Amino acid sequence: MINKSLPLLMDQSKKGRKAINLPEIGVEKSILPDKKFLRDSIQLPEVSQLDLIRYFTNLSSLNFSIDTNFYPLGSCTMKYNPKINEQISAFEGFSASHPNQIDENVQGCLEVMYNLQNELAEITGLKSVSLAPLAGAQGEYAGLLIAREYHKFNNNNHKNIALIPDSAHGTNPASAAMAGLNAVTIKTTSEGDIDIADLKEKVSKETAVLMLTLPSTLGLFEPNILEITQIVHDNGGLVYADGANLNALLGITKFGDLGIDICHSNLHKTFSTPHGGGGPGAGPVMVTKKLESFLPYPHIKKENDIFKNYKPENTIGRLNGFSGSFGILLRAYTYIRSLGAGGLKEISENAIINANYIQERLKSHYNLTSSRYCMHETVLSATRQKENGIKALDIAKKLLDEGFHAPTMYFPLIVDEALMIEPTESESKETIDSFIECMIMISELSSSNPEEIINAPINLPVERLDEALAARNPVLSWKKE
Amino acid sequence: MSEIPNNLKYSKDHEWVNIEDNIATIGITLHAAESLGDIVYVDVSSLNQELKQFDKFGEIESVKAVSDLFVPVSGKIVEVNEELESNPEYVNDDCYEKGWIIKVEITNLNDLTTLLDSSEYEKII
Amino acid sequence: MKNSPYIPATDSDQAEMLQTIGVKSFEDLLSDVPKNLLFPELKLEEMLSEPELVNYFNYISKKNFASKKKTSFLGGGAYNHYIPSTVKAMIQRGEFLTSYTPYQPEASQGTLQVGFEFQSMIAQLFEMDVCNAGMYDGPTALAEAALMACRIKKNNKILIHDSVSQKLLDVLSSYSKWQDVEIINYDEIDLNDQESYSCLLVQSPNQRGEIIDVENLSNLIHEKNGLLIHHTYPISLGLIKPPGQLNVDIATGEGQSIGVPLSFGGPYIGLLTCKKEFIRQLPGRIIGQTVDKKGKTSYALTLQTREQHIRRENATSNICTSTQLIGLMVSVYLATVGPEGLKQISETCYHRAHYFANEINKINGLKLVSNNFFNEFVIESDKDVTEINNYLFSNNIEGGLNISDGDKNLLLFAVTEMNNPKDIDETIGLLRSMHD
Repeated sequence: MINKSLPLLMDQSKKGRKAINLPEIGVEKSILPDKKFLRDSIQLPEVSQLDLIRYFTNLSSLNFSIDTNFYPLGSCTMKYNPKINEQISAFEGFSASHPNQIDENVQGCLEVMYNLQNELAEITGLKSVSLAPLAGAQGEYAGLLIAREYHKFNNNNHKNIALIPDSAHGTNPASAAMAGLNAVTIKTTSEGDIDIADLKEKVSKETAVLMLTLPSTLGLFEPNILEITQIVHDNGGLVYADGANLNALLGITKFGDLGIDICHSNLHKTFSTPHGGGGPGAGPVMVTKKLESFLPYPHIKKENDIFKNYKPENTIGRLNGFSGSFGILLRAYTYIRSLGAGGLKEISENAIINANYIQERLKSHYNLTSSRYCMHETVLSATRQKENGIKALDIAKKLLDEGFHAPTMYFPLIVDEALMIEPTESESKETIDSFIECMIMISELSSSNPEEIINAPINLPVERLDEALAARNPVLSWKKE
Repeated sequence: MSEIPNNLKYSKDHEWVNIEDNIATIGITLHAAESLGDIVYVDVSSLNQELKQFDKFGEIESVKAVSDLFVPVSGKIVEVNEELESNPEYVNDDCYEKGWIIKVEITNLNDLTTLLDSSEYEKII
Repeated sequence: MKNSPYIPATDSDQAEMLQTIGVKSFEDLLSDVPKNLLFPELKLEEMLSEPELVNYFNYISKKNFASKKKTSFLGGGAYNHYIPSTVKAMIQRGEFLTSYTPYQPEASQGTLQVGFEFQSMIAQLFEMDVCNAGMYDGPTALAEAALMACRIKKNNKILIHDSVSQKLLDVLSSYSKWQDVEIINYDEIDLNDQESYSCLLVQSPNQRGEIIDVENLSNLIHEKNGLLIHHTYPISLGLIKPPGQLNVDIATGEGQSIGVPLSFGGPYIGLLTCKKEFIRQLPGRIIGQTVDKKGKTSYALTLQTREQHIRRENATSNICTSTQLIGLMVSVYLATVGPEGLKQISETCYHRAHYFANEINKINGLKLVSNNFFNEFVIESDKDVTEINNYLFSNNIEGGLNISDGDKNLLLFAVTEMNNPKDIDETIGLLRSMHD
């Protein structure tokens, strides 16, 4: 890693430099628009191609990534992003396909989408699928809109409440607010299971939907799931499952069998599409047959061996410009085809075993949030270390120093000093063992020499940042000195 | 500076109140400021508005959290501390003086009886 | 028996771990799952090895016309522009491709500094004060901009200028339908009424490629105490005045045209910029500059209290994962073409489009109906346009977008720097031969 600041491009810019040769106009020029519409000047960096490549390449070396580091981020499923997926998505027939083409000319793309719809339907047990949503949060939003339209269609307009567990990811209440639903919080037990008594008290005929994450955000399978979905259905509500943690359930159990009506999946988590530093992702939404006509469009069907783009009859509408994030959908489909049913089940099996192995080996050093076996992730609490003044944040920074990306911290909100660890199935036992040894070392250091942890990181290109300054005095783009 | 000055009154929402004639100067306590962390922004949306006791009058943001602010006495917000716009850190550095947030013209003196004194406030934190 | 190169655990690794955990088999870990619902059958397509994957997908990809097209005149929100080799090289770097959202800034300065460059370059291109780190796509950026204006103005009436395409309206409708917002056609209001509105949405170049007098509209809406939101086409900004000079309050756009492949509709990137007084209402991630403990210039996510992970139901938006990698592509693109290159590309698109349009206009049965257009224009035809497109298609040319309505046969053509003059002349020849 380079250990010095790299000046911004505008600071490196020199008039007259260029990074590419472009063709001449090549035709007779026409009259330009009226002067009042024309731009005088453009300010953008002028650099040579080498300096450009060197700059971005050096910047890349400042990053942790799955390709370079272990990333046990709970609920993010940082598994290996296969290179073959990248190669296939670059095939010209796919990357040059224009989204406004008529169906006849994009049968290859539509076939990929149709097949992916079927694979996701089979995996989740929810048979009707739309691949339109561009991220998990958009998938959640779509799911909630489907619930709202369904209730409206059945003249149940009074149903305007979303029941949301206190352990939920922030996108859940945010999506509910966008869908105009009132969020009512459901208590969870100390192990993150839904408090059934609280659910029974708060469910009512105004309940439009219960939003659940399964496994929960504490990495545990909801033992009362069948009772919970029954309670909601008895009150005329729908059950929505946030599929962020689907990596624990592939071939293990199906949402559709558990009484779930709607779910979304994060392809950039469970299905290996690369995170890219914060997207792009995709968040397909899957529903039971009775909700199919409400799906967003476009939606792909097959008629007489021809694939077509449809607008479902009672659709919630168009969520974005085109058919969804096709490049991401293609990568996910390639991944599923490279595994098949047997491979997918092994994914979850190994994800679960790896997480339990970590839980078992760390339980005498960190507080567990539950004594049960976890699923694909385990949530530890750094309360023991806090007694020596070491918080979850400090442990995270020390891990960075040791070359491991930190686990998810301070989530779920109901756990004090939470560290959520998800190894995924991609990691070898050797990598996992070295992570465990590092966590044990940090725990011991927290009582023997806490300053080493408080000062971390010291081995990275930058040390702890002044985030208060960044927020008090926002500098959000290059300014001339 | 004491953590909980004796000459001030306090609300359960961790605000302090300094009363002079019928004007109440209000800010957040040291305990609140420490829980929030480095304050980055104070947003008072109700200047010149008349509020009832415990109505929300604004929000206070740190790097990682945001908290609603509730007026501890009924009245009209007549002044907002404009220094906080460019120096929100006054709330961390000197929450009882330089870090004051609003001044309220009290409309219901009875509200003062519901406030806590310093020893009562100390008990709740 | 292990099935996959993506799962390193051997049988003995698994046995060791199960023993450490203290269970005999994997099933012992699943006692919370209802027994009768455990291990359902998955009827999926057969697994393919890596060479088989390449064969299979190669075959499928060739079922798309794109694999044999010679040139394309299709536009309508997504455009066939040149993607420089520098862009393709940079997104292959695993350190960018496989990194996570930069919540741990010390481990993510690459992603963060690139994101800051993105914000800077788009702010410069648009000449607006602030740009965020990217939205899902152009239409959702516009929808979120409208909702942002409603929050800022505490007013739920949104005006729509007739330049705004139906597709943008459809997405806005999906985003606002349950939020007690009123969408009103600008043509239907009385400018002298006492009403106030949160914003006016305008698209320029519009859906027919035409350049609108945005500055004039900004005066009108400001008089009504509303904000002007301008949705634009980035490549056009190499030639046409940017939003920042038109007194625009919030400017959005689709970033696909600046360094992002067509890829059948995504992933793309939404551009969202605004005046600095509105930054606390801006949705999405924002990257700010700061210093570390040792005073070194560095970058971090900032103003996070707007976002869902802190504000939850009171967040400016539910957006979490967005489009960071596409932001990298756009940054590399803009730095590669630079100000001179962007101007040249923009002028090339303009002049070639006008040349093409003027020649088509001379053909019997075809008439140019767009005025003051940038690089897209509408042709009205006396015959059904599918005939035209089919004929072009049989010559491996991707024709225009069929936007026929009612009794008018209309085709929307887009011309970019990827349409070289030879191909344009060939297409003109073919159209002429159809109509002689």
